[in-house]
Amino acid sequence: MSEDNNSGYLDMDLLRFTTAGSVDDGKSTLIGRLLYDSKAIFEDQMEAMEVSSKARGDENVNLALLTDGLRAEREQGITIDVAYRYFATPKRKFIIADTPGHIQYTRNMVTGASTANLAIVLIDARKGVIEQTCRHSFIANLLRIQHVVVCVNKMDLVDWDEGVFNKIVEDFKSFASRLDNIVDVTFIPASALIGDNIVEKSENMPWYQGPTLLYHLETVYIGADENHVEARFPVQWVIRPHSDKYHDFRGFAGRVAGGVFKPGDAVTVLPSGFTSTIKSIESMDGPQEKVFAPMSATITLEDEIDMSRGDMLVKANNRPDPTQDIDAMICWFASDKQLAGSGKYILRHTTKEVKAIVTEVCYKMNINTLHKIEDDLTLSLNDIGRVKIRTSAPLIADSYKSNRITGSFVLIDQLTNATVAAGMII
Amino acid sequence: MHNDYTITHLKQLESEAIYILRETAAQFEKPVLLFSGGKDSIVMAHLARKAFWPAKLPFQLLHVDTGHNFPETMEFRDKYVEELGAELVVGSVQKAIDEGKVVEEKGARASRNGLQTVALLEALEEGQYDAALGGGRRDEEKARAKERFFSHRDAFGQWDPKNQRPELWNIFNGRKQHGEHFRVFPLSNWTEMDIWQYIKAEEIELPHLYFSHERDCFVRDGVIMGVTDFIELLPDEKVEKMVVRFRTIGDATCTGACLSSANNLDDIIDEVAAARQTERGTRADDKRSETAMEDRKKQGYF
Ligand SMILES: Nc1nc2c(ncn2[C@@H]2O[C@H](COP(=O)(O)OP(=O)(O)O)[C@@H](O)[C@H]2O)c(=O)[nH]1
Ligand SMILES: [Mg+2]
Repeated sequence: MSEDNNSGYLDMDLLRFTTAGSVDDGKSTLIGRLLYDSKAIFEDQMEAMEVSSKARGDENVNLALLTDGLRAEREQGITIDVAYRYFATPKRKFIIADTPGHIQYTRNMVTGASTANLAIVLIDARKGVIEQTCRHSFIANLLRIQHVVVCVNKMDLVDWDEGVFNKIVEDFKSFASRLDNIVDVTFIPASALIGDNIVEKSENMPWYQGPTLLYHLETVYIGADENHVEARFPVQWVIRPHSDKYHDFRGFAGRVAGGVFKPGDAVTVLPSGFTSTIKSIESMDGPQEKVFAPMSATITLEDEIDMSRGDMLVKANNRPDPTQDIDAMICWFASDKQLAGSGKYILRHTTKEVKAIVTEVCYKMNINTLHKIEDDLTLSLNDIGRVKIRTSAPLIADSYKSNRITGSFVLIDQLTNATVAAGMII
Repeated sequence: MHNDYTITHLKQLESEAIYILRETAAQFEKPVLLFSGGKDSIVMAHLARKAFWPAKLPFQLLHVDTGHNFPETMEFRDKYVEELGAELVVGSVQKAIDEGKVVEEKGARASRNGLQTVALLEALEEGQYDAALGGGRRDEEKARAKERFFSHRDAFGQWDPKNQRPELWNIFNGRKQHGEHFRVFPLSNWTEMDIWQYIKAEEIELPHLYFSHERDCFVRDGVIMGVTDFIELLPDEKVEKMVVRFRTIGDATCTGACLSSANNLDDIIDEVAAARQTERGTRADDKRSETAMEDRKKQGYF
């Protein structure tokens, strides 16, 4: 009997998604519903929720209490930080980055979106497409989330009306046509509170023929999201056992950021430009035939060449040009300091750290209207803008559009060591 | 075409944890891996072996010993560490008590769990470690759900939930001022189920406490506790033989058992899949208040 229950898990894959919506659109309720209906909520958590819901005077068990974990959040009834939630079905394991939707939490949304394959954008059926919807979709697009689910929630409050839903679909499509990183948008009419079209198909909306939210999450194809063409291997650590058995072993440890590596491949080390051939890909479980993103690996080369943390192994026939000048979109994260022209920072890109100067702020985005602001070029907390950066040493970078790992970086304050900005290379 | 380029969720989690372990080795001067002999720390040690193979672990193991352990755990710990060829450092709560640095709780309900924080901070300072790798998972408890992979602690070892560094993509910022340190959690994205599935897939050996066995137990506040030398029974508590296993093994005075006949990994996985209680639901220390975990973490607990 145990066979049946367990045999599936070796085929399970992983989907990371983020949820965006404005306050009270029903985000916490939706997540609570997914967790509850997929049995990821446990009895003791349910009991604790019942107790606190009663204490707060809520009528029903407030599923939102499950996700709002910090004291300040529970007291104010809002989500402040990114909270990560987990659930699984026999098909997939899911990681939810639950982020607050308010404009003052843009940085949290950006953080949650950076690792997500899919974004759920919540819309209150009564309100339709509003400023926040644009902002949330813009962030999903900026962070290159390729799959978006527009979940039109609270359909129970508009009499399950197909017309209301269709209007929202049209409104969303007309503005989303500008968001070119989003390759697939799915619209689902739902009621998170009652459960319609979340896990179970709605009986109140027979006019809707599409998938439920959970079915869509379980089946959406994300296998093509990673870049499996341009081979990139940032070196994290050099493994030198110094033991008798592995006397001459020199393994380059890292996590594949793009493409496929195999023994026999002609490779180049950047920035030095030395070339060699992959001798083997080693692991405790034996040699591997090939590795690709996002696998961690240990690679050995035929030749003794100099390579260490911060260098990158690429294929000889596909090498990015090392550069000290980058153009990027950045989101400002610091609450106590602003970015103005010529700020000096530490820039961390893959496994490399360099010094960097922001030489120019080109424009700032109004992320509600998607207009460029050119008369005020100071970036404060949560602002997103386009900048030019000069680095103290060459970066081996790609555009964020072609690779999310080799195309991204963070800026760190030299004095406080705080992470003050996230950047996406253009 | 069947997609060549997908890997299972366990392989993704493994790859992520190995990446974090290597980042920790590279970014810090003297990291240490916290090793209790419990399943999460065994999985961590296993991943660390894989991350640096065929070299040995580039860091020591540290056990903060409350002195209230099930003897089976200690035997397992010592055997495992020897096989690993790693160096184990033991930080002792008993020593902190003897030196008068902490005062032990009194009475039948006394627990050394709170004192563990002091002993941990002491051990970190003494060993001059600048990063401590822990097996904490975000699914364990709601305050942990917001914990970072690289969790920054001030010079007093405290956690400020409102002042955490954002973590994006694969980029982890481990820069720090003198005297500050980090807690690092490579298993952040794992659930209890993932841990068990991984233990099975990798054929990792575990202490017998995790498997069903007969043991002298008693019930306190609805939690089944094993009888040990360190716990005084209250007048109305009766010792009974029960068939139990432990879902977590920490300090014996505050770790509850569950009735179970699961004596192999498949049965445990079935049981976890059907479980209606979180793992920590069997831990008396979290029941003290709704935000008990958040409050302990702010003080420097894991
Ligand atoms: N009628 C109705 N109410 C809903 C629905 N989803 C959420 N709500 C209610 O809307 C309020 C805000 O929900 P919450 O999940 O906290 O929103 P959040 O701020 O986006 O996390 C709560 O009172 C919910 O019970 C729905 O589908 N229908
Ligand atoms: Mg909420």
